[in-house]
Amino acid sequence: MAKPANPDPSEWVDRYGDYLFRYAMLRLRDRSAAEDLVQETFLSALSARDSFSGNSSESTWLVGILKHKIADHFRRQAREAPLVDNDLREHPDPSSFDRSGHWTTGPTDWGGNPADLYREKKFLDQFMECLSGLSPNHANAFTLREIEGSDTVEICKVLNVSETNLWVILHRARMQLRRCLETRWFDRKTGKEP
Amino acid sequence: MLSCKDVTRLLSESMDRSLPLGKRVGVRLHLLICTFCARYERQLLLIRETVRRLAAIDDACGSLAEESLSEKAKERIRISLATP
Repeated sequence: MAKPANPDPSEWVDRYGDYLFRYAMLRLRDRSAAEDLVQETFLSALSARDSFSGNSSESTWLVGILKHKIADHFRRQAREAPLVDNDLREHPDPSSFDRSGHWTTGPTDWGGNPADLYREKKFLDQFMECLSGLSPNHANAFTLREIEGSDTVEICKVLNVSETNLWVILHRARMQLRRCLETRWFDRKTGKEP
Repeated sequence: MLSCKDVTRLLSESMDRSLPLGKRVGVRLHLLICTFCARYERQLLLIRETVRRLAAIDDACGSLAEESLSEKAKERIRISLATP
């Protein structure tokens, strides 16, 4: 059987550089961190080149390495900026609910079921902006859960939090994101903005 | 009786694990009578679905994002690869 072609590192940057960069940007929201991780990915790939089995495509292999780098990056961030009490307070915006726990201003009608949103570049930009507005631990938890699709046990290890705390963090992240998208996107689309 | 505040928390939690039966029933009953919480749930699910699709097309190279590595970064990486 023919041995799989050996990867050719001199072509990597041109073939996969932008792809890996966008992959990292969607998860890190930070140009220079994303560039660094792409570089580290290629360097790790270079030294592990012989272990490339050829069973997967070269790009899948490189993304696999990048995923580990991203998890390491989140781990480092969680270590440097551990959770504070404020991160675990249940509601960032207590004014959403009255004392008995009922909505004061409930979610607005977003108009139909806008299922094609994911095709809209402007929505992507707005989403990234809203996500960047969250504290790093909240944004990273949301990213791992919803963009990467990791399970909660895995995320707890990366962010070094208990499962109960992770539920609170994800709840807050979703609540803040929902509100941000409502004000900055949906209410504008449906003309609810004053 | 669960309040809207409780229900929003449990709705999020139900996206990460399956809730114990009692809580699940409590949430479902609440959603039958509360328009706002029912809307909240639909919106969280829409966000989840949209983000998954965004990530999927992004990862499939047909990315919406126009960002690319700067020439400077590309050059730096090429050099680091050539002189490990």
